[in-house]
This record gives sequence, structure tokens and C-alpha cells, in this order.
Amino acid sequence: MNKHIPFRFYKISFLIDKRSLITITSLTLISIVLMIVSLGIGQMQISPIEVVKALFNSSGDMENLVVQSFRMPRILLAVLAGAALALSGAILQGIIRNPLASPDIIGITGGAALTTVIFLAVFSDRSNTLTLSIHWLPLASFIGAIALGFIVYFLSWKNGGITPIRLVLIGVGIAMAVQAVTTMIMILGPIYTASRANIWLTGSLNGTNWNEIISITPWILGMIFILFIYVRRLNIQELGQDLSINAGGFVQKDRFTLLLLSSALAGGAVAFAGGIGFVGLMAPHIARRLVGSAFGSLLPASALIGGIIVLIADLIARTVFMPLEVPAGVFTSAIGAPYFIYLLYRSRNQ
Amino acid sequence: MDAITTNTLTLGYGDEDIIKDLDLHIPKGEITVFIGSNGCGKSTLLKSLARLLKPKEGSIVLNGHDIAHTSTKKIAKDLAILPQSPVAPEGLTVLQLVKQGRYPYQNWFKQWTEEDEEAVNYAIRVTGTEDLVDRKVDSLSGGQRQRAWIAMTLAQDTDTILLDEPTTYLDMTHQIEILDLLHDLNEQENRTIIMVLHDLNLACRYADHIVAIHDKKVFQQGDPDTIITPQLIHSVFGLQCQVTCDPICGSPLCIPYSKGRHMKGVNNDETTVNKQPIK
Repeated sequence: MNKHIPFRFYKISFLIDKRSLITITSLTLISIVLMIVSLGIGQMQISPIEVVKALFNSSGDMENLVVQSFRMPRILLAVLAGAALALSGAILQGIIRNPLASPDIIGITGGAALTTVIFLAVFSDRSNTLTLSIHWLPLASFIGAIALGFIVYFLSWKNGGITPIRLVLIGVGIAMAVQAVTTMIMILGPIYTASRANIWLTGSLNGTNWNEIISITPWILGMIFILFIYVRRLNIQELGQDLSINAGGFVQKDRFTLLLLSSALAGGAVAFAGGIGFVGLMAPHIARRLVGSAFGSLLPASALIGGIIVLIADLIARTVFMPLEVPAGVFTSAIGAPYFIYLLYRSRNQ
Repeated sequence: MDAITTNTLTLGYGDEDIIKDLDLHIPKGEITVFIGSNGCGKSTLLKSLARLLKPKEGSIVLNGHDIAHTSTKKIAKDLAILPQSPVAPEGLTVLQLVKQGRYPYQNWFKQWTEEDEEAVNYAIRVTGTEDLVDRKVDSLSGGQRQRAWIAMTLAQDTDTILLDEPTTYLDMTHQIEILDLLHDLNEQENRTIIMVLHDLNLACRYADHIVAIHDKKVFQQGDPDTIITPQLIHSVFGLQCQVTCDPICGSPLCIPYSKGRHMKGVNNDETTVNKQPIK
């Protein structure tokens, strides 16, 4: 068993998988390099070395301003939102025991979208000006994500518990219904609302500022901390209901908490970055290929890959069509949709 | 002493009862096999004994404690169940799977103690899965996969082990291999084994105690040598057969009457052929 390192210290003991440790370390390094490179690319090109210098001084010159005030928050948001969506997807895939599950597909992001357009429709006056500060928008989408998570959960409830297959079917159904209502509100609402909502729905990181980072960071990190405690339970959940009960797990209680956690993570991401599609599906899946199914490795790997995907998507979104800016969600969906079809195709015989 | 007793146990899904008012005593340290026709409720009964299914009425007592009032973690240290054809998550390795058997003994800080390592190594050794530890469960053959699952069940280190048709989908060699392993666990470590088996002749070979389930009740139970008779098989399975002696083990051997290709020289007496109407 030289592929594993037992770690024992006083009463603490773990078994560390060497390969996963190496993969996760590499992914972390790739993320950092990508962040630095990405900080330098834009209308004003800055070399990676200059970026690092600009990060650690406060000279107030142009490079310093661009890197620290304009690009840094945006890049941090890309990484955080990507990580949150990926974790949300990884949790869902674990409790539903299906690699095709993701917050987009069972409607959690759809719930966030609905409350967002409702927010824009309700708080706009006749001259299309918002009557409430736009800063409340993330709260609205967050409430939507959690509420939808709850609705799907309770509708899936039957005979004292939820079953994964009911959760998926009801999730897909609710997602459709929610989408229909969202579209209806956008059509009936003022034009300003429609275009604004549309950009947000596709997922755009344009105009991110430090205030948003300050609001989202504790939220996401808090959720990641709770998730960290739940790793063991996720592992046992993934063996299915009978074997979780056999091992002494609290299946229904854990399913509820994990679904809530998944909604909260997706809600947090969607609230600040919009509906960046398919990250919750792709990232955990790629991570599973790299580090396997044990959540101790799968969760960190998924989070890092999710961050990398959104980072790259946003880099393309803001540079390729310069000076025009395209929502990052367009690119994640452009890769994600074929990837989803590929997964469906591959699982057709199972 | 009984490993498990049930008191007026009634099981079912919705309004339909599958097992009704069952009082069952399962002896400790023996191999008990449930037999019965498809859908007679033997798997349901096995599940309920492992608290995977809540009884509608009645109670289940494990080692003197009512399982409804015992913490699920405590039960997990006394009793393990391997359901029929379990599915492992994509990409999970055998070691990771077997490790899961230690769940009831672990907490967030203690995930790989020396006892865990010992139990896992033991389970891997007795099931002969040493060479498979780093393989992915979904890439294994049926026999290897079943041994990996049994290793997980053994890592749980329980006195009582329940298995639902552990030999399904296995060829004869692997069936014998798995059943021999269970026999050794019973013989050498005095573990109580309770399982559902479809093959009557293998059930007669390995079981100390057979429970024949029919019509929501226990039709008959006891030592296979005394209870397995053509009458019992006919009543429980609706099948005409002869019972002879297994030339290898001396246990009862059921040979059903049937249609099919008859060997030359064998007297084919029309009257003994199964005349059950086709349902």
C-alpha cells in the first residue's frame, strides 16, 4: 500500500492518497499561475512579473490600480463562483448518485434566476429605474436558490424519505416550470429589465468590485467549512441508502443538510456572478476522472477545476471580442452543453 | 441463545402485508438460510432485520436489545448487511470501498486508526482481494466485485452478517468460493451468518438452519436434513421433486421433475412429470 500515506498524530488519523495529493497540489499551482496571467491580460497588457510586483505594492500607479482595483476582484469572483458551483454539483452528484446531476439541471440556479427577474420587475418604476438598490439583487437570487432547493426536496418526499430518482425527475420538472415563469416575467416586464436580466442570467463577471468579494467570500468559505465536516457522510451517502443505513449513517437527515448546502453554494455563486451554466456538471466530473470518487479528494479537486473553468471562460469573454464584452456563461455553456450530451451518450448503455 | 428474534413482526409496503405476525428465532453462531419462492418476502425480511425497512408492527431484537431503541451506530458495530447486487460509485477503488466498512468506528478526526488498518487488511486478506486494492470497483469481474463487497462487510467487524443472495450472477466456481468463505467465517470465528439463497442444494450444504418462508409466514424451519422433503418443496415452491442424498456432502439434494431432453435408458414415467398448470 505504498500508494497511500497513513497520517497519525495523537488522536487524529487519516489515510492520504499520494496521487490525489499530487493532483490537487498541481491544480492549485495551475490556478495561481492562471490568476496571475489573467491579471495581466486586457486592454492594458501587463507581464506576469509586473503583475506580481503590482500586487504587492501600493504605489498607486496605473498598473497597480488596474491590477488591484479592476482585475483582481473580478478574478477572485471567477474563482470563488466557479468553486462554489463545482462543489454544489459534486454534492448533488453524491446524494443523487448520478454523474449527470447538477444545480442547473435540478433547477436550483433556475430558482435564483426567477427571484432575480421578479426583483427587477417589482422594484422598477415606470421610467425603468430601480426603486431599490441593486445591491439587494444577490439576496433575491440567493433566496430563490434555497427556496427551490426546499420545494424540490419536499415534493420529492414520499413514505418518510426522498429517493434520488424522484429528486431528479421533480427537479427537472420544476426547473422547466420556473424557466417558463422567468421568461414570462421578462416578456411582460419593461425592456430595460429584460436586457439586464438576460445578461445576468447568462452569467457575467463584468463590473465586479471589492464590495462583492467582501460579501461573497465569508459566505462561500463558511459553506466550504461545513462541507469539510460532511465529507465522511458524503462518502457513505454515495454508496446508496441501504448501505448508508447499514454503516450507521443518518441518511435522510444528511441528505437534507447536504441539499441545503448545495443550494446555498449555488445560490451564493449565482447571486454574485449570475447563472454561469454547466460548471456544476463539468467540474466534478473532470475531477472524478483525475482523483476518483472519494470525496476527501474529489471536493477540493472539483472546487479548483470549477475555479479554473470560470477563470478561463471569463478571460475569453473579456478579451477575444475586445472591446466588446461577452458574458462568461456563454462560453461555459458552449463547452458544457456538448459535454453533457457526451456524458449522456456515454451512459446510454448503463 | 438467539442472535436475532422477531416478535409478531409484520412487514409490508403500503397496504399490502408481505410478512404477517412472524415470531422467528435465529440461532447465534450458526448459518441460517432463508428459502422461498420469488416475491415471498425473504429479502424484505432480511432487510428489516438490518433496520433497512421499518416494521409495520412488532419488534426485532438483536442480541437482547430491541433495534428500534438502539442507536444505529451501535447496531452497525454488531450487524452488517450486504444487499443484493450493490452498485459502487464510478471510479471508487477497492481499498476506498473496503475502508467504508469502518464508518461506524470513525469520526472526523479518526479516519484511519491502527484498528481500522488492521480490520481492513484482515478483510482484504480473507477475501483474497490483495491484488485488487487499487483497482476500480466498476472495472472488476462479477466474482472479484462480490469479494470486494464482502470485504467491506467484513471490515465492519460485526458478529452477525446478513447477505442477500451473495452468489447472484456468479458462475459455479465463484459461488462455491464465496460460500466456502462464509462457511470458514462461521466455523473459525463463530460469526452468525444469515442469508438468502436461491439454490436449494447449496442452501442444504451450507446451512445449519433453514427457514422456509411461504404465504407471509414461516412454513417450516430447522435442520436441512430433517425439514427438506418433497412435501415441503411442493408446498413452498409448487414444484414436484425427489430428495436424495448429496453424494459429496451427504446433505439433502433436490432433483426436480421437469420436461427436457431425457437420456436413453432412463424410464420416463409420465405420471411423475410436473403437472402444475402453467400460470
